[in-house]
Amino acid sequence: MAYSDKVLDHYENPRNVGSFDKEDPTVGTGMVGAPACGDVMKLQIKVGENGIIEDAKFKTYGCGSAIASSSLVTEMLKGRTLDEAQAIKNTSIVEELALPPVKIHCSVLAEDAIKAAVADLKSKKK
Amino acid sequence: MTNETSAMPIYMDYSATTPVDPRVAEKMIPFITESYGNPASRSHPYGWTAEKAVENARNEVAKLVNADPREIIWTSGATESNNLAIKGASNFYSSKGKHIISVATEHKAVIDAVREMERLGYETTFIQPEPDGLIDIKKFKDAIRPDTVLASVMMVNNEIGVIQDIDALGKACRAEKIIFHVDAAQATGKVEIDLEKLPVDLMSFSAHKTYGPKGVGALYVRRKPRIRIEAQMHGGGHERGMRSGTLATHQIVGMGEAFRIAREEMETENAHIKKLQLRLLSGLTEIEETYVNGDIEKRVPHNLNISFNYVEGESLIMAIKGIAVSSGSACTSASLEPSYVLRALGRSDELAHSSIRFSIGRFTKESDIDYAIELLKEKIGRLRELSPLWEMFQDGVDLEKVEWAEH
Repeated sequence: MAYSDKVLDHYENPRNVGSFDKEDPTVGTGMVGAPACGDVMKLQIKVGENGIIEDAKFKTYGCGSAIASSSLVTEMLKGRTLDEAQAIKNTSIVEELALPPVKIHCSVLAEDAIKAAVADLKSKKK
Repeated sequence: MTNETSAMPIYMDYSATTPVDPRVAEKMIPFITESYGNPASRSHPYGWTAEKAVENARNEVAKLVNADPREIIWTSGATESNNLAIKGASNFYSSKGKHIISVATEHKAVIDAVREMERLGYETTFIQPEPDGLIDIKKFKDAIRPDTVLASVMMVNNEIGVIQDIDALGKACRAEKIIFHVDAAQATGKVEIDLEKLPVDLMSFSAHKTYGPKGVGALYVRRKPRIRIEAQMHGGGHERGMRSGTLATHQIVGMGEAFRIAREEMETENAHIKKLQLRLLSGLTEIEETYVNGDIEKRVPHNLNISFNYVEGESLIMAIKGIAVSSGSACTSASLEPSYVLRALGRSDELAHSSIRFSIGRFTKESDIDYAIELLKEKIGRLRELSPLWEMFQDGVDLEKVEWAEH
């Protein structure tokens, strides 16, 4: 599988790897995918009092593009509001990483992870 | 010794194909440049020289498996041999019945040939092997029906390297007058094959898994008792009508030389490779949560198939660029399905996704093994740091009990 330089860069030097305390009320956690399907993404966002995403972290079990997609997403999320975060579409991940068609599901998973993390955070605020 | 800074990785994919032994290549060259005659030409020395070389090679192939040279038919490789055997014999003997037995872990060249027979009105039974990859002889016997015409079982599995009990399976077939075909593409030069003793009717061989060239193989067709097959390739009546087409002299010469070397060096070579396999095994199983796929005793020393839990195979292959291996991960295949062989063993999809096949051989060095072990230890550590599953496992979460959003 020939990957783009951007995928390789994110794969070799993944940004923002790690975990926040998922009980922290300012943290939203999204876990998507399934081990049986070969990819699981855990994406966490940390939101400031102004409602802006201050930090994001991820851990991913999956192929090179799954790792790269989630790494990229953590970079994209910082500085955005929750609404702006939810507006991120998988197509912008595909474009940015030049993912081949067979790997588009990795970007879909990353978009799902964002939505799940935001939903988790919102449910905590209630 | 190759490493990540040089162009090509260390080759550990001998089950995919082997390098051509330099002695084999040397033997082949004159049959391209000088002795280019058609072995079927009877009217001049060009043909006679080529024919002599072909017959000499046939002799060498026969000797490796203790067969009569007249029982060896040249083909383009094991895929063609498997097709010729399965389709050719099932059709010839179809008056006995239209039921074929094979195994879920066979090579695709067998599975798809058997599936093609289904399309032609045959019924099939694919036996599920035990978790160690071996066939339970009782289950095999239970699958036999009065209308079973042919059974096809591979000797050595290409993914997990396990060796089936061909003798016992063959005897079960003989007792019921079933034609027994064995795909031995991965077996030659690795395990003893004695066709005078083994109750096998048809056996497929490949040159390029045994240090010969690609594009040539052979089919053993037993003479006593005589087995008949319907030709699948029609033409000039070569190979006693069983496989027409001008013989590829240089390829055949290469296969003969490769099989000669295999016969003479198998014993010492296997001892060497066995040592390397054990070294690799003990090094890699020092890593936590590793699982060997397939029985470890009844296996060729050339193969080690290991699942590294909580790490996905394709990302692992990307991380270990310094060695050339293959994976059962879905992401390395066009189909996006994890290895059907590992799944047939009852391995979970996760472990199938996490598997790496190391296959070593004649030119593998001890330093290659040590390099591979160090590389795996480092990269698996790194990928597990990235893995949410590893984190959950460390936290004591039972992954079986988590409700995953399957997609």
